[in-house]
Amino acid sequence: MKRRTLLATAALGLSVAFAGTAMAQDKTKACFVYVGPIGDGGWTYQHHQGALAVQAEYGDKVEVQWQENVPEGADAERVLTQMALGGCNIIFTTSFGYMDATNAVAAKFPDVKFEHATGYKRDSANVSTYNARFYEGRAVQGHIAGRMTKSNKIGYIASFPIPEVIMGINSYYLHAKKVNPNVELSVIWAYTWFDPAKEADAAKALIEQGVDVIASHTDSTAPLAEAAKTPGVIGFGQASDMAAYKPSPRVSSIIDNWAPYYVKRVGALMDGTYEQADAWEGIAGGEVEIGEITDAVPADVKAEAEAMRDAIAAGTYHPFTGPIKKQDGSDWLADGVTAPDGDLLGMAFYVEGITGDIPK
Amino acid sequence: MMFGSIDPALLLASVIVASVPIILAAIGELVVEKAGVLNLGVEGMMIMGAICGFVAAVETGSPVLGFVGGALGAAALALVFALLTQYLLTNQVATGLALTLFGLGLSSLIGQGYVGIKPPVTEDVPFGPLADIPFFGRVLFSHDWVAYLSVAVVAAVWWVLRSTRAGLVLRAVGESHDAAHALGYKVTRIRVLAILFGGAMAGLGGAYISLVRVPQWTDGITAGAGWIALAIVVFASWKPWRVLLGAYLFGGITVLQLNLQAAGSAIPVEYLSMAPYLITILVLVIMSSGRGKASLNAPASLGQNFHASR
Repeated sequence: MKRRTLLATAALGLSVAFAGTAMAQDKTKACFVYVGPIGDGGWTYQHHQGALAVQAEYGDKVEVQWQENVPEGADAERVLTQMALGGCNIIFTTSFGYMDATNAVAAKFPDVKFEHATGYKRDSANVSTYNARFYEGRAVQGHIAGRMTKSNKIGYIASFPIPEVIMGINSYYLHAKKVNPNVELSVIWAYTWFDPAKEADAAKALIEQGVDVIASHTDSTAPLAEAAKTPGVIGFGQASDMAAYKPSPRVSSIIDNWAPYYVKRVGALMDGTYEQADAWEGIAGGEVEIGEITDAVPADVKAEAEAMRDAIAAGTYHPFTGPIKKQDGSDWLADGVTAPDGDLLGMAFYVEGITGDIPK
Repeated sequence: MMFGSIDPALLLASVIVASVPIILAAIGELVVEKAGVLNLGVEGMMIMGAICGFVAAVETGSPVLGFVGGALGAAALALVFALLTQYLLTNQVATGLALTLFGLGLSSLIGQGYVGIKPPVTEDVPFGPLADIPFFGRVLFSHDWVAYLSVAVVAAVWWVLRSTRAGLVLRAVGESHDAAHALGYKVTRIRVLAILFGGAMAGLGGAYISLVRVPQWTDGITAGAGWIALAIVVFASWKPWRVLLGAYLFGGITVLQLNLQAAGSAIPVEYLSMAPYLITILVLVIMSSGRGKASLNAPASLGQNFHASR
């Protein structure tokens, strides 16, 4: 009797398990790997908003799964393998440091689509990369920084020395310098994407040395919280709007809007039009948004910044337009020439006027 | 007096503030380890302190109640550890690690509704004319009360451990719980109290991060400070004043490297970034070599469970 019950239970269990797999095949499973917590209020939060948009768009037809706080490196490979084995059809890896892990795992699972944010390696046919032209937003910020600084010292809290970050520093500096030839830029490399205490300490170090406009390329709102302690110091929202710090110290922001891309890619996978891609949209494509410029910025500066934003969106202005020299004085772009994407994606040099070296 | 664009008075003042969370968490853990218990859950208790302190401060509008809430929240988590290790005799290392994971998750859950809120400001202690003394005024008399409390706690722990009967009993429990039991001391009760103290201190340290140093709540805000605190206890070879020294050294080099970067120093960034960890390792090596080895100073019953069966 007991044995029969056991067998019946086992059979029931098996049928449930099979039903489970059958159901999973009906649904498209989209998976997301995050480098920080969703509650960071910045980078990861915005990616998660994109994931939620996918769920909202396709409802019952998709299953969205995500994992937070996945370290870059060997752990990422394990998480990706687990997701691929767990039935994910498309996996978005949302940090630069997942590049090698993504390509390694993708080679083992040719039927699973991989999408790597901000990287450049597409070793197998099932790996796509996507990025946003953050440097366009940095140009607007640099303009505001150059016009707003009173001490002529502006700061940049950088994360890791990768092209995406260096691009941002260069764009920020060029546009500050354009409107304020006396401006000096201090860069601090935090060597982290997310460590609120360290980010706050970095902002504090900058402020103590007379910097009064701080841009950050890390994921939390800590630099703004630190800036709020000192009157007269302003900063920008990074990755997310960070509206809690309006109207000052947060005078504007770069908002990463991943939702349209995620919705498009998952949709393409579902209707069979999916192809390997290398997407790089900016303000024009809606992936980079400039958050509201607050009243802490004088009206004329605000108007100039908005004009620049609109010119970039219209395609009439490219933030890297020559003549631009490299830090060592050699020529990079001749008069009127705009930077080719290849130069930007491999950028490993400062432009002329920035002091200090990029860590190797 | 200035070194380049670095103002030494501001630098030292920053060092003191940056070190407070580590000092508090480390001195609490020191007491726990002196009682013979190894609690690796400092990180989890700190972040529970950070969120409970934040919630209490935001809901009541009082930063002081915030710190009380942080201490209580972390002590509650420490109580879980105490029940598991002291009454159910679970492995302390595994339980401590689990405590960290649990604390990180639970704090994230509690903190869901508190992202993007600003806590009430913790004011600096008004020292009046003392704060106007050149250099020393800025370095010593321009902080909030928790910064002074952290030094006072170190002094108190040093005094209690060295000169009081309670301190002697605590150390006896940590060195040989069987002997202490034979003398009639309540080993388990003493250890539970030490664990609760350690939790409360870690909670204060965590609350300092979310209420003063960063003033906001984000998931994972402590970002490894608890692990640094654990290392500092070993670094200090279980001596209270050395905890202070170790925390200031670590905090000092962390702040200094950021300042050197901002000042455009010629030293490559890689060396500056690794400096705090490199110097911590160097000092550990120096201190544990030769006479008075640090490892010999560890409480003899550290990490061993006690059951009064004999």
